[in-house]
Amino acid sequence: MTSKKNWLSVPYLFWSGLFIIVPLGMVVYYGLTDRTGAFTLENITAIASAGHAKALRLSLLLSLISTVICFLLAYPLAMILAQVQVRRHNFIILIFILPMWMNFLLRTLAWQTLLEKNGVINHVLTFLHLPTLKIINTPAAIILGMVYNFLPFMILPLYNALAKIDPNVINAAHDLGAGHIHTFFRIILPLSIPGIISGITMVFIPALTTFVISSLLGGGKILLIGDVIDLEFTKTSNWHLGSGLSMVLMIFILVNMVLSAIFDKDGEGSML
Amino acid sequence: MRKNKKSFGKITFALAVSFTAVSLCGCASSDKGVNGQVIVYNWGEYIDPETIRMFEEETGIKVIYDEFETNESMYPKVESGAVAYDIACPSDYMISRMIENGMLSEINYNNMPNAKENIGEQYYEQSCGFDPENKYAIPYCWGTVGILYNKTMVDEPITRWEQLWDKKYADNILMQDSVRDAFMVAEKRNGDSMNTLDLTELTAAKNLLIEQKPLVQAYVVDQVRDKMIGGEAAIGVIYSGEAIYTQKENPDLVYVIPEEGTNIWIDAWVILKNAPNKENAEKFIDFMCRADIALMNFDYITYSTPNVAARELIEDESIKNSEIAFPDLSQYENLETYVYLGEDGDSLYNELWKEVKAH
Amino acid sequence: MKNAAKKIYIALIVLFLYAPIGTLMVLSFNASKTRAKWGGFSLQWYIALFQNEEILRALFNTLVIALVSSLFATVIGTIACIAMTGMKRQAKSILMGITNIPMLNADIVTGVSLMLLYISLGIRFGMGTILLSHITFNIPYVILSVMPRMKQLNPSTFEAALDLGSSPLNAFFKVVFPDLLPGILSGFLMAFTMSLDDFIITHFTKGVGVDTLSTKIYTEIKKGIKPEMYALSSLIFVIVLTLLILINLSPDKKEKELRYGGKNEKK
Repeated sequence: MTSKKNWLSVPYLFWSGLFIIVPLGMVVYYGLTDRTGAFTLENITAIASAGHAKALRLSLLLSLISTVICFLLAYPLAMILAQVQVRRHNFIILIFILPMWMNFLLRTLAWQTLLEKNGVINHVLTFLHLPTLKIINTPAAIILGMVYNFLPFMILPLYNALAKIDPNVINAAHDLGAGHIHTFFRIILPLSIPGIISGITMVFIPALTTFVISSLLGGGKILLIGDVIDLEFTKTSNWHLGSGLSMVLMIFILVNMVLSAIFDKDGEGSML
Repeated sequence: MRKNKKSFGKITFALAVSFTAVSLCGCASSDKGVNGQVIVYNWGEYIDPETIRMFEEETGIKVIYDEFETNESMYPKVESGAVAYDIACPSDYMISRMIENGMLSEINYNNMPNAKENIGEQYYEQSCGFDPENKYAIPYCWGTVGILYNKTMVDEPITRWEQLWDKKYADNILMQDSVRDAFMVAEKRNGDSMNTLDLTELTAAKNLLIEQKPLVQAYVVDQVRDKMIGGEAAIGVIYSGEAIYTQKENPDLVYVIPEEGTNIWIDAWVILKNAPNKENAEKFIDFMCRADIALMNFDYITYSTPNVAARELIEDESIKNSEIAFPDLSQYENLETYVYLGEDGDSLYNELWKEVKAH
Repeated sequence: MKNAAKKIYIALIVLFLYAPIGTLMVLSFNASKTRAKWGGFSLQWYIALFQNEEILRALFNTLVIALVSSLFATVIGTIACIAMTGMKRQAKSILMGITNIPMLNADIVTGVSLMLLYISLGIRFGMGTILLSHITFNIPYVILSVMPRMKQLNPSTFEAALDLGSSPLNAFFKVVFPDLLPGILSGFLMAFTMSLDDFIITHFTKGVGVDTLSTKIYTEIKKGIKPEMYALSSLIFVIVLTLLILINLSPDKKEKELRYGGKNEKK
C-alpha cells in the first residue's frame, strides 16, 4: 500500500536470510567440497553414476505418475465440491486436512497393514473368492502411497481456485451458447490454472523427494533419489555426497519456481 | 463470508488450545536431579525404562536419555558436539572408529566394581577385537546374526546362507536393509571374510546380492520381527536377540546360525572424551552392570547379556540354557566381528550396496 | 442420477483417505502387541497410554511446539505479507521464491541444513532449535494463505481510515486486519497441522531427550510400533472430529442468505 511499510519487511528478511539462505549456503558448501574441505564437483556429477541416475529417473517417473493420478482424481472432486454451499466451505477443507492430524508415518504404515500378503485387503478378497492383490513392495504400492499422502495437497488448491470462479461467468458462457465441454476448456480450466500449478507443485516435489513412502511400501527394494540422500545423511554419513545430490534436486525446485512465476503472474499461491 | 471464516478460525483455535491445555495436565517438569545429571545416548528400545527410574531414585542423578537408530546416525551427532553426551552404546566396529578418532575416554575399573566382576571374561576377550586393551568399552549386549524360518512354510530345515538363493522361496525371503549385514550374508556364503576389501570378492558378493534380489520380498531392519510373526515370509535374516521374542509370539519359528559362519557382535557402553559428567557416567554404567538390573534389561529387550551374574539369576531353565541367547560359540566356525573399514572402505561398500538396491 | 454419481465419487475419495485411519483405530483395540496378529478386542492400550509418561510428554511437546511455532509463524508471515505489498514487483517475486524454498525443498535437506546452521552458530539443541525450525517451515504456509487475501484488499479503506484521523496501527487493526483474518486463520491452521505432522526436520534439529510424537513414532517404527500410539492417534482423531462436527452443527444461516442467497441454487 504505502512505502512507509518498508521497515515491516525487516523481520522476515532477517528470518529468511538466517534460516533459509544461510543453511542453503551451507548445503552448497558441503556439496562442493570433499572430506578434506577441498573444492570438488564430484558430489554433483555423482548423479550420473549408474545407481544414482537410475534412482533419479525412477523418482521422476513415479512422482510424475502420482501427480497425474492425483490431478485426475482431484479435479472432478474439486469441481463437485466447488458447487457445494459456501457455508460448508470450511467443513470441506477440514475433511481433507483432518487425516493429516493422524501421524503421516502411522498412516503409511497402515497401508502396509492393508496391502500385505496376509493383509486386510487380501483377507477380504480371499473371503470373496477373488484373486489376491500383489502390489506391496512394488512401484505400484509406492505410487499408491504417494497419491494417498499428497492428494489433499492437490484437492485444496484446485478447490480454492474453482470455488473462486464466479458462477455468473459460467452462466454467461452458457447463455452465449457454449456447450459444457466448450465452457470447461475455455472458461473453467484456464481460470483454475493457478490452482493447478500450485497443486502440481505441492504433489510433485514432495513425491520426488520422499523416502519414507518408498521404504515403508516398497520393501526397500526400490531405491528412489530421496532414499539415496537419506542413506548418505543418516546411514553412511557422507554429508558431502548427500548435499551434492540435494543440490541436483534443487534444480527441479528452481524449474518449478520459474514455471509458477510464469503461470501465476500475481505471485499468489492458492493453497487455501 | 468474513463471519463464516471466523467460525472456521474458532474451530482452529478451539482445537489447538484445547489440545495444549489437555496435555498440560500431568506433565512434570524435567529439572536436574540433586546429584546432577547424566546424558545417555543408546539404541532405540534398548533398555528397560524401569531401570533408569531406579537409577534416578537410588542415586539422585537425573538421566537424560536419547536414542539413535543406526551407528552411522549416532556418530556424526556425537562428533559434532551439538549435544554433549556422557555415555553412548555403539557397536564394535563403530567403537574402534571412535577410539581411532580419539573420541572416547578411558574407563577406570576401580570406580566400577560391577563391571569388573559381573561381565564374563570371554566377552572382554571378544571385545579386544575392537578395543585391544579393554580400555574404553564395557559390553552391554551381544549376539549373532542368523536365519529365522517358519517351519510350516519350508519343506526342509534351513541351515545355510546358500538356501537364501533357492528359487522356491521366491518372495518369501526377508533380508537385512543395511550394507554390512547384507554383504556379510553374501560374503559368508562365498566363504570370504565379512571384512574383506578385496575388489574381486566384493564384486562377487555384489553380483550374488543382485542375483538374489528378485527372490527377496523386502529389505527391512527390525520389521523382520513383525513380518515373521505374521507369517508374511518364510525366511528372514535376523538378530538373535529378536529371535527369542518372535518365538514367544509364534512357536513355528526356528532360529539357526548358518553353517558358513556369521557375524558375532557386541554393543558396549563407552564414556565420551568430552563427557561433562564423567563420575555420574561411571555410576550409570556400573549400575547397569548390576546383576539384577542386567537381568531386568535382558528380560525386557531379550538380547543376550554378557553379564554372567545376571545369567545365573535367570529362573527359566530353557532360557538360561537357550542356544539362541547363549550359544556355545566354540561349536561354530567362521564367526567374525565387524571391524571399521576406514572411510574409503566404507564408501566402497556403500557404492556397491547402492548398485544392488538400484538394480 | 448425476447427483448420486457425484456423491459416490466423493464417498470413494473420502473412503480412500480414511481407510488407513480406520485400520489404525481397529489396531488400537487389538489385544496382541504386534500389528500382524489379531488377538481379540481389548481396551488395554488406552489404559496403558495414560500411564505412559513418555508418550504423554511427547504429546505435550508436540502440541506446545505446534502451537507456539504456528503463532510465531502467523505473526511473522502476516507482517511479511503486509510488507511485501509495498515492495517492487521484482523484489517481491524474489522474496516469494525464497519463501517457497522450505516448502518445496526436500524435508531432509531443510532439516540437515538447519542442523548445520545450529552447529555452526553453537546453539544448544533442544526445544528452542525445534521451534526455530518449525517456525521456518511454517511461515510459507501462512504467507501463501494470507497473500491472496491481501490482494483482495482495497487499499483506499486503509487510507480513508487514516484520513479520518485514525492512527496507522489503529487503522490497521480496525480496517485491514478483519479482512485478512480468514487468511491468517487458515494459515495458522495449516501451519499447526504441518508442525504436528513433521518428523524429518524435527528429527535432525531436536535436542537430547526432547521427543515429539513423530520422532517417537519414527524410532518405534523400526522396532515395531507400541499399540499405545495407535490408541493415542485414534483418540486425537476422534476428539478433533467431534469438535469439528459440533462446531459445524451450529449454523449461521442468516449470513449465508445475506451474502450468498441464490448463488448456489443455480447449479
